[in-house]
Amino acid sequence: MTPIGATGMLRESWLLLAFPVFGAVVLLLGGRRTDRWGHLLGAAAPIASFVYAVIAFFALLGYHGPGGRSRVLHMYDFIDAGSFHVNMGILLDPLSISFVLLITGVGSLIHVYSIGYMAHDPDRRRFFGYLNLFIAAMLLLVVSDNYLGLYIGWEGVGLASYLLIGFWQSRNSAAVAAKKAFVVNRVGDTGLTIAIFLMFAEFGTVSFQGVFGSVHSGGSGVATALGLLLLLGACGKSAQVPLQSWLLDAMEGPTPVSALIHAATMVTAGVYLLVRSNPILALSGDARLAVTVVGAVTLLFGALIGCAKDDIKKALAGSTMSQIGYMTLAAGLGPAGYVFAIAHLLAHGFFKAGLFLGAGSVMHGMNDEVNMRRYGGLAKYMPVTFATFGLGYLAIIGIPPFSGFFTKDGIIEAAWDKGGTSGAILAACAILGAGITAFYMSRVMLMTYSGSKRWAAEAHPHESPATMTWPMILLAVGSVAGGGFLVLGQRFENFLGPVTGVPPTAHGVWSAAGGIALALAVAGVGIAWYMYGRVPVPAEVPRGSFVTVAARKDLYGDALNESLLMRPGSWLTRLSVYFDNTGVDGLVRSVAALVGGSSGQLRRWQTGFVRSYALYMFAGGAVLVLLLLVVRL
Amino acid sequence: MSHQLLAAGTNADAISRETVFWILAILATGAALTMILVRRAVHCALMLAVVMLCLATMYAMQGAPFLAFVQIIVYTGAVLMLFLFVLMLIGIHSSDSIVETIKGQRLAAGLAAIGLMVLLSLGIGHAALGPPTHQNDALNGSGNMPGIAQLIFSTYVFPFEVTGALLITAALGAMVLAHRERTSPKPTQRDLVARRLASGHLAPDPSPGVYALHDAADRPALLPDGSTAPESVSTALAQRLVEDEEPPAVMKEVES
Amino acid sequence: MSPVHYVALSVILFVIGGVGVLVRRNAIIIFMCIELMLNACNLAFVAFASMHGNLDGQVIAFFVMVVAAAEVVVGLAILMAIYRARRSASVDDANLLKY
Repeated sequence: MTPIGATGMLRESWLLLAFPVFGAVVLLLGGRRTDRWGHLLGAAAPIASFVYAVIAFFALLGYHGPGGRSRVLHMYDFIDAGSFHVNMGILLDPLSISFVLLITGVGSLIHVYSIGYMAHDPDRRRFFGYLNLFIAAMLLLVVSDNYLGLYIGWEGVGLASYLLIGFWQSRNSAAVAAKKAFVVNRVGDTGLTIAIFLMFAEFGTVSFQGVFGSVHSGGSGVATALGLLLLLGACGKSAQVPLQSWLLDAMEGPTPVSALIHAATMVTAGVYLLVRSNPILALSGDARLAVTVVGAVTLLFGALIGCAKDDIKKALAGSTMSQIGYMTLAAGLGPAGYVFAIAHLLAHGFFKAGLFLGAGSVMHGMNDEVNMRRYGGLAKYMPVTFATFGLGYLAIIGIPPFSGFFTKDGIIEAAWDKGGTSGAILAACAILGAGITAFYMSRVMLMTYSGSKRWAAEAHPHESPATMTWPMILLAVGSVAGGGFLVLGQRFENFLGPVTGVPPTAHGVWSAAGGIALALAVAGVGIAWYMYGRVPVPAEVPRGSFVTVAARKDLYGDALNESLLMRPGSWLTRLSVYFDNTGVDGLVRSVAALVGGSSGQLRRWQTGFVRSYALYMFAGGAVLVLLLLVVRL
Repeated sequence: MSHQLLAAGTNADAISRETVFWILAILATGAALTMILVRRAVHCALMLAVVMLCLATMYAMQGAPFLAFVQIIVYTGAVLMLFLFVLMLIGIHSSDSIVETIKGQRLAAGLAAIGLMVLLSLGIGHAALGPPTHQNDALNGSGNMPGIAQLIFSTYVFPFEVTGALLITAALGAMVLAHRERTSPKPTQRDLVARRLASGHLAPDPSPGVYALHDAADRPALLPDGSTAPESVSTALAQRLVEDEEPPAVMKEVES
Repeated sequence: MSPVHYVALSVILFVIGGVGVLVRRNAIIIFMCIELMLNACNLAFVAFASMHGNLDGQVIAFFVMVVAAAEVVVGLAILMAIYRARRSASVDDANLLKY
């Protein structure tokens, strides 16, 4: 359906992008002059965007009738080359406005949190500049009405992620982690790039409207290829297997970065891509199957890793990987799953950001200590943090009536509805994942907030200042109420349906699969209490079974990458360097040697004797006469 | 009448012309070969004169009397004399040694020469060359000189002017090149007299032969004080002294 | 005599002059061999003039003579200047421009 042009308030939707771009430009180009008030400008930009987003949201809600709730604002003609036309426009429809509200809302809260968290950092202004850059790129990603604009935003968030992971430039580990994140992202980006090339080659256009309109003409082969390539791109950005190795290392960045980018927004860009491309996935069952497999594998992968990490941020990162696995799984299930994928994404945005901010608050109070074996018994000393963290914890493990229950349930039921062996296996994975999630999150809670104090000598935990606690409180509200708000009464289904399609079978709140999942979650909590709540947590790391050892090593993800890719790659590089030095350079040098050698020989003809030269002239004259005669006779 | 005189050499009958040609040709070739083989430069110049004179005669035989006379007057008479003047100035005694310093030069020169000769002969052989005999009258229709003058001043007037400029340039160039810059001011007559007074040798030397006992060229002159003047015997003669011949008594004094 | 003979003689004289330029070392002798070559060319021109029946060849030979005279003048002046500086008239002695 052709989207209608934007009217009224929506004509100013470019402001969404303009505020954070303005903030980034001023802060990054202004330099040290803006240090004193930079953080205020940096925090104000996403808040302004959020205000506009709310206005736009209510404006969209008011639209009924033909064209639904989609509006396009045409900005300018970006590329006009022969048969390739790309017009930059802003598409505001239920899917994009949901993301915009999440990005700007959670983003604003995290910006405010950062004012307090980074208060002692001399580079705080640069931090806010990069954060604004990220917000701008992410917004471009979700509101763009064509794949090329999405790609620009995609690359922009990759850049911002690199800059922010390596924010503390003097730390070698941070620089290495940033590079790793960028490189692995790039591998996924090739998938998206080739998909865009394929779209242009097959359909002649890269705009959503154009591609989705003509995707039928390509046939299922093209649709499968596109689906798999888009899946590759999503794997890179969302840290799904096989491109998951960068997410845990990305925790080197400051905690607000981990909260915003690596929990709530950037890593969900892959899910956005898949859901937005649902007309393409609808034509290819193989691509959808691949998406679900990736999602199922990743959710178990991330959960296992999260069980064995003693670093609180890395444990939460494993959890992120796992929850996005849930979303990817749902996105592969077709219309039955899209709504729940996005609903879980929005709910996850709230509770994961809240959990990360809580972790940051704990680190702030414990002198930037991240090892949970040095925590313990912090509930008394950081009550607000404990409360908000706890609400987020309940949400993530899926205890009703908190958000995670509704959304995760929807995913499990959608997987079950798929039917057949695949549906059963996927549902089983999802249920098992729920149990493991409960286990490791309870482990985190118990090791951090309860039990004996295992602190370092100079630790004196204290509650965080207001700029840090209020965002956590607001996020906790979302953690509590968000999921129910969206899922109950099919509110979100009705909202998002026009874009993605509605689930064919409606479910009630309770179902058999959901009940099993809840039981497993309670079991997980119990096992965690048995292992970590009852007995004191050992200060040094115990040996553990081979599963634990493997999980501590990220399930050998890094080792696999190294042996499969890095070592052959460096051998190839060495071979190329050798070939370049001996072959190419040798060729050039041999040409020079040839010239030098021949000139060394030829200069002996310069005898200095006039008579020799006269002889050469004479002989040359004879040759000329010979040639003349040969030609004329 | 003058017409016939100017066309002289074209009316002789064929046999005499052929005889003269062959004599001149052999003479010219021989002189040229001698020219490149002799050691002394003066001999070379003399052989060149012979060649030029033969060529002058050949020009006359071919109905180019003006050119024949110009060859004798300008080429042999002026250019060759110029050669001889320069020879006298700088190298009357200079002679090449037989030994060749550059390896393979003679062989290569010989090969190149033979090759060129063969090629040119081939070229001539293929070219269409017709007999000239009955064309000489048309050649010098109104006389050789008026004919040449007609061509020089109408068709070839521009090259004529340019060669005029060339001659002027050449003369100037020669003057510039041969000029010797004085490093000290030219001595005036007063300076010369002062020098003579200072040297103590006031009176000029007596002219040669005043105190001579002999008038042979290879005997040195005597000075007023009775000693011999070694400079009075030409070095050319002094060089010709045969080694084992007993030098004349006075010559011994010269060399001691 | 047909012009072929004159042209053949001209070729022989020219080649002899060329060989002379190549094998003699005294500068003046080399000059004289060059003059011999020029004369051989003159002979050829005059032969061609009689062959074609017009006087153009003779006029050209005339100009060749003029140019040869000018060339001799300047060449000998150069030779004198070199001789004054180096006291030698051998062309082999001017061999500084070598490798």
